[in-house]
Amino acid sequence: MNINATLLAQVLVFAALVWFTMKFIWPQVIEAIEKRNKEIADGLEAAARGRSELDAAQDRIEKLVGEARGQASEIIDQANGRAARIVEEAREEGERERQRLVDSAHAEIKRETSRARDDLREQVAALAIAGAEKILRREIDGRAHGEMLKSFAGRI
Amino acid sequence: MASESSSGGSAGYIEHHLTNLTAGEGFWTFHVDSLFYSVLLGVLFAGSFYFAARRATAGVPGRWQSFVEMMVDFVNTQVKDAYHGPSKLLAPLALTIFCWVFLMNFMDLVPVDLLPRIGELMGIKYMKVVPSTDLNITFGLSIAVFLLIIVFSIRAKGLGGFGREIFFKPFGKWLLPFNVTLKVVEELAKPMSLALRLFGNLYAGELIFILIALFTLGNTLTSLVTSAAAFSFLVQFVLGLAWALFHILVITLQAFIFMMLTIVYLSMASEEH
Repeated sequence: MNINATLLAQVLVFAALVWFTMKFIWPQVIEAIEKRNKEIADGLEAAARGRSELDAAQDRIEKLVGEARGQASEIIDQANGRAARIVEEAREEGERERQRLVDSAHAEIKRETSRARDDLREQVAALAIAGAEKILRREIDGRAHGEMLKSFAGRI
Repeated sequence: MASESSSGGSAGYIEHHLTNLTAGEGFWTFHVDSLFYSVLLGVLFAGSFYFAARRATAGVPGRWQSFVEMMVDFVNTQVKDAYHGPSKLLAPLALTIFCWVFLMNFMDLVPVDLLPRIGELMGIKYMKVVPSTDLNITFGLSIAVFLLIIVFSIRAKGLGGFGREIFFKPFGKWLLPFNVTLKVVEELAKPMSLALRLFGNLYAGELIFILIALFTLGNTLTSLVTSAAAFSFLVQFVLGLAWALFHILVITLQAFIFMMLTIVYLSMASEEH
């Protein structure tokens, strides 16, 4: 095993290899690694930010839903109240209408009754006169006693 | 299965496996096989990683990019843990060392005779396929690291600071020769231990693979029908498998140690003592 010029050649090859590695391999690979590391870090950060934003959005949604639910029940209450009022008004209206109808029917009945009475009275008077005429045909002056009978019939 | 080499016998087989393919004379000899595999694996590392780096995207990475990023991230973590100075060099250096040394060590797991045999068929007489079992290769790496240690020291403390550290520490100016001796030994121990540790582990590992391969040395495929040869084949298979499995740990660990110590030495160099 002897030392010779192989050693010098090896030193030169070594130097060339190290130079090549330093120039064309190391920086590129390190750059790629660091860039990826940065991208991964950014990605993780973005993910964390997205998560917190999602949480905030969820909170907001919950609040909005709660408000909407409150408003809805308020509206339903109002509607129920209004419906009750409308029903009440309708009932009152119906009641009034009924009363009116009953009243007018009563008035009608009364009118009819009085007319019928008047008719009846006149007919009774006429009958009475006719009866009296038949009975007292000769002795009684139809006209003179007619006046008396008519006033008599007015009292029926 | 082992093939019998030209010189014949176990000793010849082993020696053949430990001989480099050389070119040149004296000091200016080059171990062509070590350099070939070293460069090949270096290019394999740089090319494949460049393939991922060129189209590196911060989006969803592909499988290969994921693997490259894993390696880069792993090395980056080690560097950041140990080194606090400003350096664009150290981390790529560590990555290169780890991957390259690992690949060179990995050649140890390629069956010992496969590539040399193919080379032999192509007319190449000697071939050592594991570059990190060559002292020149490991020292080439560690001496480069040693030079960087000096550069980092001077850059961090200035020439004066570095000089003070050599001459006046730890015992003050009256023990100057002692200080210098201590510092020289301390500094030289770093590249020596780096290179020898890697070399020793891998050399021993390869040697054991060669020894295991001796079990069926001289046998041909047809001779395997005899029970004795079949038995030695079985023994070789079991031992080879066990050692290869264990060796996976060794080669990774050695690559990691080389990288870690480089980081530690260089971070020590850029700090005041």
